[in-house]
Amino acid sequence: MRIAIEHQIVHRPKPGRPTLVQMLRLTPENYDDQTVANWHIDVDCDARLRRGQDGFGNAVTMLYIQDAPETVTIRATGEVLTSDAHGLVRGTTETLPPALFLRATPATPADAAIAAFAEEAIHGADSSLAALHAVNAALHRRFARDAPGAATDAAAAFALEAVGACDLAHIFCVAARSLGVPARFVSGFAALHDAASATAHCWAEAYIEGLGWIGFDPSIGLSPQERHVRVAVALDAAGATAVSGEAWREVALIEAAQ
Amino acid sequence: MGTIAAFDEIMGAAGKDMPRPELSALQRWLDHTPDSELRRRQQSAEATFRQLGITFAVYGESDAAERIIPFDIVPRVFLPDEWARLSEGLVQRVEAINAFLDDIYGERKILRDGILPPDLIFGNPQFRPEIAGMRPPHGVWAHICGIDLVRTGPDDFFVLEDNARTPSGVSYMLENREAMLRLCPELFRQFRVAAVDSYPDRLLATMKSVAPHGVAEPTCVVLTPGHFNSAYYEHSFLADSMGIELVEAADLVVDDDIVWMRTIAGRVKVDVIYRRVDDDFLDPLVFRPDSMLGVPGLIAAYAAGNVAILNAPGNGIADDKAIYSYMPDIVRYYSGAEPKLKNVETWRCREPAALAYVLDHLDELVVKLVDGSGGYGMLVGPTATKAQIEHFRAVLIAEPHRYIAQPTLALSTVPTLVESGVAPRHVDFRPFVLTGRNGVEVTPGGLTRVALREGSLVVNSSQGGGTKDSFVLLHPEPDSWVQVQGQQSQIQTQGVR
Repeated sequence: MRIAIEHQIVHRPKPGRPTLVQMLRLTPENYDDQTVANWHIDVDCDARLRRGQDGFGNAVTMLYIQDAPETVTIRATGEVLTSDAHGLVRGTTETLPPALFLRATPATPADAAIAAFAEEAIHGADSSLAALHAVNAALHRRFARDAPGAATDAAAAFALEAVGACDLAHIFCVAARSLGVPARFVSGFAALHDAASATAHCWAEAYIEGLGWIGFDPSIGLSPQERHVRVAVALDAAGATAVSGEAWREVALIEAAQ
Repeated sequence: MGTIAAFDEIMGAAGKDMPRPELSALQRWLDHTPDSELRRRQQSAEATFRQLGITFAVYGESDAAERIIPFDIVPRVFLPDEWARLSEGLVQRVEAINAFLDDIYGERKILRDGILPPDLIFGNPQFRPEIAGMRPPHGVWAHICGIDLVRTGPDDFFVLEDNARTPSGVSYMLENREAMLRLCPELFRQFRVAAVDSYPDRLLATMKSVAPHGVAEPTCVVLTPGHFNSAYYEHSFLADSMGIELVEAADLVVDDDIVWMRTIAGRVKVDVIYRRVDDDFLDPLVFRPDSMLGVPGLIAAYAAGNVAILNAPGNGIADDKAIYSYMPDIVRYYSGAEPKLKNVETWRCREPAALAYVLDHLDELVVKLVDGSGGYGMLVGPTATKAQIEHFRAVLIAEPHRYIAQPTLALSTVPTLVESGVAPRHVDFRPFVLTGRNGVEVTPGGLTRVALREGSLVVNSSQGGGTKDSFVLLHPEPDSWVQVQGQQSQIQTQGVR
């Protein structure tokens, strides 16, 4: 599938803080079932952009603005070709072994309630793959998915009725890890409703010995097929987020995709 | 509480009433200097320290900033051959620490070869995935190490802890020596003591040696969390003695993957940072996002190879207490030789058999938190109350992976001036080891900490410990030379100034 992405982030830097330093994870990379046809990151003011790689192997772009105007607009645009691999992720750059992704983090703490939920969900599953699909589907059934923003961590989110995609991905990671399966958070884009337009989205991946990393998207209760564009992975959202930097606490962040 | 028969560093084995022959001059000095005179000198030194503001904060105390670490006027002395052997062991250990860090954040051969259990690394919060694949300039990670040692006999040294992050205490080594030169000049006429006062020059040379490739005249700075930090005196002292800027995060800005220092005259490019802030507070874009102490973009500049950070981010995995018990294997793996410095025997409570042993012998063992420091969260079995032991039994059963246990060692003693006169007190030792592009160098001296309470084995300043000067004696022949890492360097004799 050919997916067109136009993703726009508008910042309003805080008055008196004209210097903006951010780390962007907005660049999808090529792997077996994803080919980036073209991709651009543009900023509407005098800015310096530097490409690099973070510890998880994600492509990052450092954004440096010395005298920021009243608003700064970052636009990521491009086209990505995808093919359906039933969730299998093959040919990616891996800097860290799967065992690392068993680790809990502040946003994905080990949690007894989530572990019990996972234990119940996998009842009758005859393989690790079936078990993880069962957890993914059960999470999809359990929550309404209209919550704006994200809860502080997976344990807090699990107690809610309605959660966002980020919360679901966190909960999936905690559930998989409770079963002894390495799991990680994925950020990217997805054309879930309309094939012509993709919006920012997040989901999860779990590692199964013999198969490798496999995507699970609890927001749809299925594995990503060809409507997902994968950008970054990490232990949780903090390490895979599209924008790390002052926007988190001091700058209004308006996100729009068309 | 039983008294432990310990090796006395002046008197030799327990029970001897004649000093070790090489140190009889020190015993004579103690015999001929009245306690009142020793006390007068000690008070004079402490008055100076108070004036200089060499204070430390005890966590959990509100009057923290007011306290100085007690200073003891009786020095601890290392003989030339003892020191030579100890130095060789330190060089070997620090080389292994650097090789380990380079490997564990790179190819991870040591895991492929099955030397360490992988979950010990990957499950350990001190292993920082955020910097995986990044390599510091010239491949040096642990530039400044403070290796904590204890001694139980003339040549029996044990490593207690490898401090490969931001070890502090070097200012005490330097200030204690200053005080001794001023107050006890006669000792420096009797003994040929290796000088320590070139430490700041050597530290600066180490910093310059690891500057990014192609920088001819590197700009070096010391990065401090600020004046509320317990070691702030040391940060400003070191910057001052090296003649370089002391900066806080707000003084640094990253632009285009290059670190700049804001100055009145405009911005100046920074090439080497001796940071005294923890990894968590280095860069809010990569580590803790709520950190006000960090420099946004610093890790990007580091990843791009544009700045050297001393010590490198991620070093905590090398000095973690859970890793400690594997250090002999790590040294063997990277050096291809038997470790010259011993580890203290360690029971890893994460292993069921070890836990069972520890629970059966709580009254003999020292139990420590894997990620604790400063003597907090620690049980010293032989001196503990029943209630303390039962408390530790409960926490050990609940969270065994968080603890290790070690035997109670008969730490060596050194004569120390206490209320009742001069009496033996237990000591430990932190030598400072510098690693630059050209190899490893052991500073001939260090920080001796002394447990001032009779029989106490806890030397931490936060638990009532004091400090002493540490003399490293040179061979009697004139113009002594020392071999370190194949380089020949002259050690100056400490003269009276």
